[in-house]
Amino acid sequence: MSAPASDHGHAEPTSFTFTPENLELAKRIIAKYPQGKQASACMPLLDVAQRQNGGWLPRVAMDAVADLLGMPRIRVYEVATFYTMYNKNPVGKHHIQVCTTTPCWLRGSDDIVHTCKKKLGIEVGETTADGQFTLGEVECSGACVNAPVVQIGDDYYEDVAPEHMEHILDALARGETPKPGSQIGRQSSEPVGGPTTLKAFTTAQADD
Amino acid sequence: MPKLTIDGIEIEVEPGTSILQACEQLGIEIPRFCYHERLSVPANCRMCLVEMERAPKPVASCAMPCGDGMVVRTNSETVLKARKGVMEFLLINHPLDCPICDQGGECDLQDQAMAYGFDRGRYGENKRAVKDKYMGPVIKTIMTRCIHCTRCIRFINEVAGVPDVGAVYRGEHMEITTFVEKAIGSELSGNLADVCPVGALTHKPYAFTARPWELRKTETIDVLDAVGSNIRVDARGAEVMRVLPRVNDDINEEWLNDKSRYSYDGLKRQRLDRPYIRQNGKLVPASWAEAFTAIAARLKGLSGNRIAAIAGDLVDVEAQFALKELLSRLGSANLDCRQDGARFDTSVRAGYLFNSGIAGIEKADVILLVGTNPRWEGTLVNARIRKRYLAGGVTIASIGEQRDLTYPYSVIGSGPDTLQQLVDGSHPFSETLRAAKNPMIIVGMGAFQRADGLAVQAAARLVGEAYGMFRDDWNGFNVLHTAAARVGGIEAGFLPGEGGRDTHGILDGASKGEIDFVYLLGADEIDMAKLGNAFVVYQGHHGDAGAHRADIILPGAAYTEKNAVYVNTEGRPQLARLAVFPPGEAREDWKIVRALSEVLGTTLPFDTHGQLRQRLMAANPIFGAVGEMTPASWAPFGAQGPVDAAPFVTPITNFYMTDPISRASVTMANCTEALVGPAQERTGTHG
Repeated sequence: MSAPASDHGHAEPTSFTFTPENLELAKRIIAKYPQGKQASACMPLLDVAQRQNGGWLPRVAMDAVADLLGMPRIRVYEVATFYTMYNKNPVGKHHIQVCTTTPCWLRGSDDIVHTCKKKLGIEVGETTADGQFTLGEVECSGACVNAPVVQIGDDYYEDVAPEHMEHILDALARGETPKPGSQIGRQSSEPVGGPTTLKAFTTAQADD
Repeated sequence: MPKLTIDGIEIEVEPGTSILQACEQLGIEIPRFCYHERLSVPANCRMCLVEMERAPKPVASCAMPCGDGMVVRTNSETVLKARKGVMEFLLINHPLDCPICDQGGECDLQDQAMAYGFDRGRYGENKRAVKDKYMGPVIKTIMTRCIHCTRCIRFINEVAGVPDVGAVYRGEHMEITTFVEKAIGSELSGNLADVCPVGALTHKPYAFTARPWELRKTETIDVLDAVGSNIRVDARGAEVMRVLPRVNDDINEEWLNDKSRYSYDGLKRQRLDRPYIRQNGKLVPASWAEAFTAIAARLKGLSGNRIAAIAGDLVDVEAQFALKELLSRLGSANLDCRQDGARFDTSVRAGYLFNSGIAGIEKADVILLVGTNPRWEGTLVNARIRKRYLAGGVTIASIGEQRDLTYPYSVIGSGPDTLQQLVDGSHPFSETLRAAKNPMIIVGMGAFQRADGLAVQAAARLVGEAYGMFRDDWNGFNVLHTAAARVGGIEAGFLPGEGGRDTHGILDGASKGEIDFVYLLGADEIDMAKLGNAFVVYQGHHGDAGAHRADIILPGAAYTEKNAVYVNTEGRPQLARLAVFPPGEAREDWKIVRALSEVLGTTLPFDTHGQLRQRLMAANPIFGAVGEMTPASWAPFGAQGPVDAAPFVTPITNFYMTDPISRASVTMANCTEALVGPAQERTGTHG
């Protein structure tokens, strides 16, 4: 388990305001919930705030969400600290989250973590000096069928082998976006090596 | 009405009763940590597990509603094993520091570990350690002891209505915290330590001072506001060590406000422990005989209309009654128990009482506050209004200032003109009042402490009459007093007699030289400069404003040091009991007046407390009905007349310092510093 991020080793910003576009988005999200139940929009709004703030949530951003929803600030603070996908500390441009729960671990996630450490020269939980990469270990990402899995930003990279990981990191460093999904070319979570049943259907048909 | 069997006993219960409550009805004790009968049920401690037939595993009895035909066992092998398991888990991270823990001896976890604890630990890892949090000047935290029952979170959110406490992080890392190191801005925060089943939250002023088994417990009542909360005073030797609430569902339920709870250190400071006489401008210690002789010398030949008396906020009924008798023997009708100068008609009881009773708030569906900030003037009345608000279906409005009262309400006006608009029905709020089944009006002292007080009282009565607040089955006209002595003083007749002067008249007269002798019975909150050259006798227990001005000081007893009657704002007489003896030469107040009367040659006709009580009951039978509300019959009161348009102003500017005891208290000074000011001045309806 990750340790609670109660000791901030960074400077907290002193103010946070939603950009006009994000405020518009926030209002659309709030409108999805019935009158008087605006607090339901807490989690999507925290996500909007986190995206706006470069991938992490400072306290002022939680306060802004609380004030926007008319919630006591402690309630938002509780939600934001409960979920590990809200980052309470700054992260790099690319947040690499390697799943190390049992299925991924059995399929070699230790090697992936090791590759990342070696390639980036950082330990788990650290950010590279240029602020490009943050390496993290996460509990089950929910894509066990395609283990091992690495989440980078919003994209899942599946069936990742150490050499894939190196390519991905190189591409990211060059400013490219490597193709997400299975790195060994399988479709969704079909068996490795192609379908074993319903072979009469071609890939083209399946895509229809 | 579900019928079920618990431990072989059949019981029929109200629908919605939980198994735990049903067990309590049968007298079966169920261990629990998170369950509290006045808070919501989270069922997260799992200590109350019971076995239920046809259920695959033990169920949490606090959250399981009784169903027809259930068969429950609370003492089987499975239950014992399950509870022992829960206890072992709870103790994994709980430190074994009972010998240095203030909760030791009255700790739920300690007690229940005696029944369900394992004799040794099987957990070899390090226990977790949690940083302590700052929760303000009265709550001490040792968060490593926390077992995450969340009672404190639920109390502060539900009862106190100040959402400042929450649980951050998750699982093993969960921590209870305030919103980032902030003092809890609630006047009820002391109750957090009461609801905490372990030693995580304890009383800061009581820290390391006493063990529960060394304390002498006295059941008495609180007098620092007019609510009359039931309290227990714990003393060791001659010292009050702490004050705790007692359960009284009609008044304070089981809560107590911080001023009443923590002002007790003020009882040990600034005390008057011997009589003093002013000689050449300086107060010098004297004997009782010397003090009485000096008073007698000054009174000699003085006509009654040049003598006056004012009673303060903490004075008991007996003392006021005795002093009233003495003054009438001296031929004076100049006496008033309303030192704050409030003007209201006292001829009809219904006109100055909280007629519906504090518990009656729960029956109201429209509540109109007039010139009052109940959060500061009667914190537990405010808690009751919040309870009513949480139950739903109530409209709350206020005429007066905009304050954070812990529940939403609308301000519909600022002064008496709004009352008049309600009388003639021209105000939009009239519709709401007209539609109400049990409308209620709560008038505070802010509405009466003005020149037009009598007219405001009449206007409030007319509002009541116009909207059906006075019926045989409902009296929604309520006055919220701020002083514990007030209603008792009125009932005992400590009021201007025929042609007598009230507080304003007395102060006017003294400054003009028309009054030569003023007897201050614990009165400190008056403008002492207005007493002019009058000869002032101060009888009281603290060296406050009155004692500084006095020519003679007679040391009296504080509320924890005498057996006495106090009447709360509902008109309910209650008994204060002696917990410790008054310091030094100080005496019970009625005895001082009685002794003085003898020196003056007008001996009062009672020698014992019992005789005095008898005379009191003969003068006003309500004093016989201790603990009960005597319903007040209805008759017109107040005096219709022109009102001033000036807005109502609440009389309390600092909740934590309203009387000589709390002004002498260090804890209250700390609270004032931490909480009064910007933190309390938030306007609007937060939360």
